[in-house]
Amino acid sequence: MTTVPREPAEPLTLAVLDIDCELVSAQIVDGLRRVVGRDLRRRGAVVGLSGGIDSSVTAALCARAFGPTRSLAVLMPEADSDETTLGLSRAVAEALGIEALHQDITPILEAVGCYERRNEAVRELIPDLTDDWKWKIVLPSVVGTDSYRLYLLVAEAPDGSTVEVRLPAKNYLTIVAATNFKQRVRKMLEYYHADRLNYAVVGTPNRVEYDQGFFVKGGDGAADLKPIAHLYKTQVYRLAEYLGLPRAVVEQQPTTDTYSLAQSQEEFYFSLPYEKFDLCLYGHNQGLPVEVVAAGVGLSVEDVGRVFRDIEQKRRATRYLHLPPFLLEPVPEISRSDVRYDGS
Amino acid sequence: MEGDLRSFLAENFLLGEEFRGLPGSASLIEAGIIDSTGVLELVGFLEETYDIEITDSELVPENLDSIDNVVRFVGAKRNSGHPS
Repeated sequence: MTTVPREPAEPLTLAVLDIDCELVSAQIVDGLRRVVGRDLRRRGAVVGLSGGIDSSVTAALCARAFGPTRSLAVLMPEADSDETTLGLSRAVAEALGIEALHQDITPILEAVGCYERRNEAVRELIPDLTDDWKWKIVLPSVVGTDSYRLYLLVAEAPDGSTVEVRLPAKNYLTIVAATNFKQRVRKMLEYYHADRLNYAVVGTPNRVEYDQGFFVKGGDGAADLKPIAHLYKTQVYRLAEYLGLPRAVVEQQPTTDTYSLAQSQEEFYFSLPYEKFDLCLYGHNQGLPVEVVAAGVGLSVEDVGRVFRDIEQKRRATRYLHLPPFLLEPVPEISRSDVRYDGS
Repeated sequence: MEGDLRSFLAENFLLGEEFRGLPGSASLIEAGIIDSTGVLELVGFLEETYDIEITDSELVPENLDSIDNVVRFVGAKRNSGHPS
């Protein structure tokens, strides 16, 4: 259990997500040691460290579980990364005393045509766009409307003027497919280091990202273990405070750090600031009435209904991301029955 | 038009036999036939095939969430005299 039980009549506040940080971190540290050491037979952890809250907390927990000498942080910024990314991730690694390997992945991404393929799909829609423009993809908010939300391309010219275009399916899918090279290249490098060191790759999704499919299959979705996937984002921030991570990391707002124009996770995917989304997801998971959630979150009943429907829609749309490869016929000799999850 | 629409949905979303019996009033999203990317593809198909422009305010379930709704919506757009 990671949340405090609540009475039905209680007003819904972020207090429902309060956790005993000492206990929760100890449980995760135990789980990391058990799974990595016993089930995976590996002797340490590799974490792709972006300096964001999730990867920083994950790295800190790995450092506690395996010690600084058996925890490796891989820092992999690229051309579109925010200029603060590398500094933040270095500060985290330094605070934890773990080794940090820096590899700028821009040349790899250039070699596979990530930027070229992506920019070509963008220029089909905005022919004037040149390399000095900045742009991002935005999903209109679910709040206040029952309209279907179609992704928009928002581009900013060097003179500060902006262009907004609805993304046709072909261009949207091409841009996303090309951009996904970033997460997949990072994972490839994490596994390179894991293989050479006999370490496990530890993934960094929080509960909201895991639940809503906010990850790339074969990219940041790939890992041997995802130790904070049961924690709401609010709880990850609480753990970050408890673990003593640098203030700059704890105080930053979540971004995707993926497109050249600054893009919050809220405008790309979740439609709400993380505290409100956490409460909506919690309320939906607990089967709370929309009226109770609406009062707690400060949204209308109609908007909470929209958020609940969007949560379900995203679960359906991203279900395939969670699925392992299907076999058309069973291979009974290869099973997971030898893996024990109960710690026994 | 309903036949074209059913063909588009069947071909693009790899739907099997069960799709043939789908009532025209059924929600395409709730029935799991299309997702958000599917809506994007449906809008592109309708704009291109029927030479109409669908505005942001028209992107609502009343216009697009069932075969009946799409047929009615596109019919009304085409009859309005200024398709694009």
